[in-house]
Amino acid sequence: MMHIQHEAEERHVLTVTVDNEAGILAKIAGLFTARGYNIDSLTVADITDNHSVSRITIVTHGPRSQIDQIHAQLERLVPVHKVVDLTEVGPHVARELALVKVAGIGEKRVEALRIADVFRARPVDTTTESFIFEMTGAPDKIDSFVALMRDLGLVEVGRTGIVAMARGPEEA
Amino acid sequence: MSEERSGASILVESLVKQGVEFVFGYPGGAVLPIYDALFGDERLRHILVRHEAGAAHAAEGYARSTGKPGIVLVTSGPGATNAITGIADAYMDSIPMVVITGQVPTGLIGSDAFQEADTVGISRHCTKHNYLVKDPADLAAIVDEAFQIATTGRPGPVLIDIPKDVQIAMATWSDGPIQRKQRYSPRTEGTPDEIARAVAMLANAKAPVFYTGGGVINSGPRATALLRELQAKTGAAVTSTLMGLGAFPADHADWLGMLGMHGTFEANMAMNQADLIVCVGARFDDRVTGRLDAFAPNSEKIHIDIDRASINKTVPVDLPIIGDCATVLDQMLAEWGTRKGQDLTGWKARIDGWRERKSLAYPANAEAIMPQLAIERLYELTKSKAPVISTEVGQHQMWAAQYFPFFKPNKWLTSGGLGTMGYGLPAAIGAQCGNPDSLVIDIAGDASIQMNIQELGTATQYRLPVKVFILNNEWMGMVRQWQELTYESRYSNSYSDSLPDFVKLAEAYGWKGIRIENESELDAGIQAMIDHPGPVIVDCLVHKETNCFPMIPSGAAHTDMILYGDSVAGTMDDEAKALV
Ligand SMILES: Cc1ncc(C[n+]2csc(CCOP(=O)(O)OP(=O)(O)O)c2C)c(N)n1
Repeated sequence: MMHIQHEAEERHVLTVTVDNEAGILAKIAGLFTARGYNIDSLTVADITDNHSVSRITIVTHGPRSQIDQIHAQLERLVPVHKVVDLTEVGPHVARELALVKVAGIGEKRVEALRIADVFRARPVDTTTESFIFEMTGAPDKIDSFVALMRDLGLVEVGRTGIVAMARGPEEA
Repeated sequence: MSEERSGASILVESLVKQGVEFVFGYPGGAVLPIYDALFGDERLRHILVRHEAGAAHAAEGYARSTGKPGIVLVTSGPGATNAITGIADAYMDSIPMVVITGQVPTGLIGSDAFQEADTVGISRHCTKHNYLVKDPADLAAIVDEAFQIATTGRPGPVLIDIPKDVQIAMATWSDGPIQRKQRYSPRTEGTPDEIARAVAMLANAKAPVFYTGGGVINSGPRATALLRELQAKTGAAVTSTLMGLGAFPADHADWLGMLGMHGTFEANMAMNQADLIVCVGARFDDRVTGRLDAFAPNSEKIHIDIDRASINKTVPVDLPIIGDCATVLDQMLAEWGTRKGQDLTGWKARIDGWRERKSLAYPANAEAIMPQLAIERLYELTKSKAPVISTEVGQHQMWAAQYFPFFKPNKWLTSGGLGTMGYGLPAAIGAQCGNPDSLVIDIAGDASIQMNIQELGTATQYRLPVKVFILNNEWMGMVRQWQELTYESRYSNSYSDSLPDFVKLAEAYGWKGIRIENESELDAGIQAMIDHPGPVIVDCLVHKETNCFPMIPSGAAHTDMILYGDSVAGTMDDEAKALV
């Protein structure tokens, strides 16, 4: 009898600088599906004045050898200028923005506001029975905040996925 | 000179500027403006195929046999989807190709218009790069970049999808140098440190093997010459993948033959026992490595490849060198200088011991023609002409690789990575276009040849004297062989029932047809094929149940080869069955 085997996996944050051309996102996302790689999150926005270059941040996980392959396969695409494996490079900052809607009255509403304050989450929309909190931070901090809101009337959550950058003065 | 021209006309000028001689294509609504621009233009020769898959494979055959990129022109929708198999084939085997597809007019894209397909989307993962052209003013630069991408670095197919309105609209065209951003510049040279380390490893090796692949052929004839030179200096043994045959002369004392699933005993044993493997332009494909954890266990490995993504993909190596085969071999030769390597007498003696197993020996048969013999005779009778050989996919392909020796690059055209039945006939047609004076032979199986049989008409139309040599065993032999070895001979749907009369079929298309039924007719039949100035199908009836050996079953180690005369169990465990 045959069973599917699994290997030890690592989680890596990659930044990919690309020509901002039609289909580039499909090309990158499609590379991941075609070769069986994982995408945990993917963010993209153009970063130059003339909108010609975009920066994509991809969080992926997989066996070590697969992470190296992902790096090489991304670099092979013609519109890709540069790929940086931030997890490999070393210390880096990873941040995510979340919008969290919480509805409730009385004690729960007060408690939600108090916890939001501890997490430096800011109400950006307020009604007498709800808040939308905006918060940025490391993904696990957002996870904790969302978990706490669950008992206090969590309605919905929107998250951007992370953007990341290596620490220190140099470009990675 | 600078003037207003239509997109279609700019395309034609751009192709001419690239030195294109042949376009393999098939018309349709969405490319009519391009076909009109081609009308009466003597600078490009359009070869009208009978199916778009034929166009793509013909372009591959042309490219592989000439070293120049193959050009394909097809219409939108079904034209493009029909070509996809050939494009995917070129992608897997790193064949330089530029594919022009028509598309519905820009305004109709996304509306499910007649003959609309998302060609850019469909071809995204089987092209090296692709484009949707939105303005004829971009066309000249796109074609220029497409040729650069297709032919440099690791070669591959590039697709340009051109909506019909873009073919008709006007833009300024100039015959001056093309202005465009240079964004593709693959690394071609090893660093001095890498080269020094590689040469030191080679000079210290007591049991070295060069494991060469299609990359040596792609790198050009200079790579072949340099490989031979470096081998002469080092004395290392040489084996090759299916795609690399011809880079090293098959009559050389240090030639081991092909390695891998149907490789020779000596090639696979040498890989298993080597202390150094120098992989030149090959990619550790599963057909070559067999069981990964048992692959070349005691060796250090150097991997020379222009594609960084090929490095450490399946087999971790000690020294990767990212670069072009010819350039890196040249660097290694310079670094080697007048060095002397280790004494390899002991290693050569071990190799001779493995050779003595005579792994390509096969039993004689008084009743039927052994397929291996047919290939051997085909070689003997054609060798003075140094023919170009293409193949289909199956046992006959492996027998051709095993029993037809090659001495020069660009003579061997086969679908290695994708294993596409139906490749051989159109590839032979493309090769014949590029090599009008050569003898071009498609070694075929009775099932495969039917997959692009319509291309017989193409050869007739252009008076291309290609030869098709069918090893007719009345089976999808390779499928039958696997069923015999893994499914206790339950021959599910592998019998070639209702075969056509290939001689009559040949005649129906204006070809000559020859049937060979007995060994006594073999030489005369082959000679008649060679002597006929036009295209010929030879229907060579061979022994029906012969299997192709040696064989490393899927997922087995190099040392677990099945040779002729070994008894085989007839079943496998599920792990082995799950492997391709
Ligand atoms: C397009 C395609 N479909 C299916 C296969 C699977 N396949 C591999 S070999 C083979 C049989 C080939 O039979 P034949 O052409 O008669 O050659 P033989 O093995 O008998 O020499 C098949 C079906 C393939 N390689 N390509």
